[in-house]
Amino acid sequence: MADSLARTIPASGVAERASTAGSLLPLVLDQVCYSPHGKPVLQDINLELAHGLRTVILGPNGAGKSLLLRLCHGLIEPTKGRISWAGQSTAAAANRQGMVFQRPVLLRRKVAENIAHALAAKGVRRRDREALVRASLEQAGLTHLAERPARTLSGGEQQRLTIARACVCDPDVLLLDEPSASLDPAAARAVEELVVRIHAAGTRIIMTTHDIAQARRLAEEVIFLHHGRLLEHSPADEFFSAPRDPAAARFIRGELID
Amino acid sequence: MADFQTALLTAIELVIRLDPDLIEIVWLSLKISLLAVTFAALIGLPLGAAIALWRFPGRRVLIILLNAAMGLPPVVVGLVVYLLLSRAGPLGPLGLLFTPTAMVIAQCILVTPIIAALTRQTVTDLHEEYDEYLRSIGCGALRSITTLLWDGRFRLLTAVLAGFGRAIAEVGAVLIVGGNIQHVTRVMTTTIALETSKGNLALALGLGLVLITLAVAVNATATAVSDTARRHHG
Ligand SMILES: Nc1ncnc2c1ncn2[C@@H]1O[C@H](COP(=O)(O)OP(=O)(O)O)[C@@H](O)[C@H]1O
Ligand SMILES: [Mg+2]
Repeated sequence: MADSLARTIPASGVAERASTAGSLLPLVLDQVCYSPHGKPVLQDINLELAHGLRTVILGPNGAGKSLLLRLCHGLIEPTKGRISWAGQSTAAAANRQGMVFQRPVLLRRKVAENIAHALAAKGVRRRDREALVRASLEQAGLTHLAERPARTLSGGEQQRLTIARACVCDPDVLLLDEPSASLDPAAARAVEELVVRIHAAGTRIIMTTHDIAQARRLAEEVIFLHHGRLLEHSPADEFFSAPRDPAAARFIRGELID
Repeated sequence: MADFQTALLTAIELVIRLDPDLIEIVWLSLKISLLAVTFAALIGLPLGAAIALWRFPGRRVLIILLNAAMGLPPVVVGLVVYLLLSRAGPLGPLGLLFTPTAMVIAQCILVTPIIAALTRQTVTDLHEEYDEYLRSIGCGALRSITTLLWDGRFRLLTAVLAGFGRAIAEVGAVLIVGGNIQHVTRVMTTTIALETSKGNLALALGLGLVLITLAVAVNATATAVSDTARRHHG
């Protein structure tokens, strides 16, 4: 909670970055539906994310978390409804976001080259890339692996690399889709610590998880998604101590929900 | 049987002492097939990538045709190129028939579909995997294509090697458009065919040995390439 406080008090360098992050917010979803082939998998999502909190989108498998994140990032278009970032379209806002996919997408290149490629795609000049790559590897604790083919890294290292790569241009918002879903506890912890560090440095975090324990550790606010509907949006302490939605309550208790 | 043994021994001797006739033929074969594969790669790689990435009417039909063209019968390709290049044909005035250039053209036509079809498959698979990531980082069209080609480099190299294997071992097309003229258009496969029918088994066998060695080398390289790819890049 300490860093969430730091983010609301405009006093430090953190707050300065926080104000640039503010430029992409609020994220507003207005009556968003997504129905591929006519089958609704996300329905009537209304949402406004404004503060610099760490937001966790929580829900069981198949709830629609990945789709929601991809809609917000502009990778897919809603069937109905509108999504905007501070009034801008998803397409216009995407270049100030980083996205980390549920399954790491790693180029068949060395670790450092993966990051350099992202920088090149974003138009960073060649001579400026090296220093940014180095800083990015450093932040993710991957410096000693810079020359390794990326796809030979362990699962945890791979996911830290995709996070570092998504953050290399200092995005205002980082979207993470179940960043540690397939990792062992130690690797998951390392990923969580990296996410917290990135947040502390001023990047807005929006992530999904089906893991209640992880949501408890990371969430400052929770969005509960189930069967393609947004059932609850609350501050984390309220959500975990007194959830308003009955399905959310059962999910928190670890019961199966249908 | 004794005939065969003497022929084989003479053949091995020809190879070992680098018989000038044999070397000339091997060298011409390599030149023609390497040139054909180079041009086929220059056409097939971008063509395969384009078919993988662009949606246009008739695309599915084109993919089917391309896959079918991987097995084009060399004699038919030879015949078509012959008709095009023959004196009465549309390209007759170029005077290319029975020249090494005609052989390069025929082999290029045989190999281009192989490289293009394998490239299309490779790029399609990688595109499926990379598409959302590349869009996420705002990667432009040109950089996306070069990314996919570079990351498919091992499979693409294997495709080019497969094309070379087909070109160097093919006989029908180069026989028809090259004419098997001594010191001009005589390559390994056409020489083997001719010398065998003349009963000169030693030279035929010597060239056969070289051809088999080349085939083994090409396949070993292809295997090494995909092993390296798997080890390093999963
Ligand atoms: N392209 C698609 N076409 C049809 N249904 C889809 C598509 N993508 C996802 N779905 C369905 O939408 C639901 C939500 O998927 P997803 O967002 O991946 O869930 P989560 O990430 O919460 O596990 C699932 O039932 C899934 O089968
Ligand atoms: Mg998911």
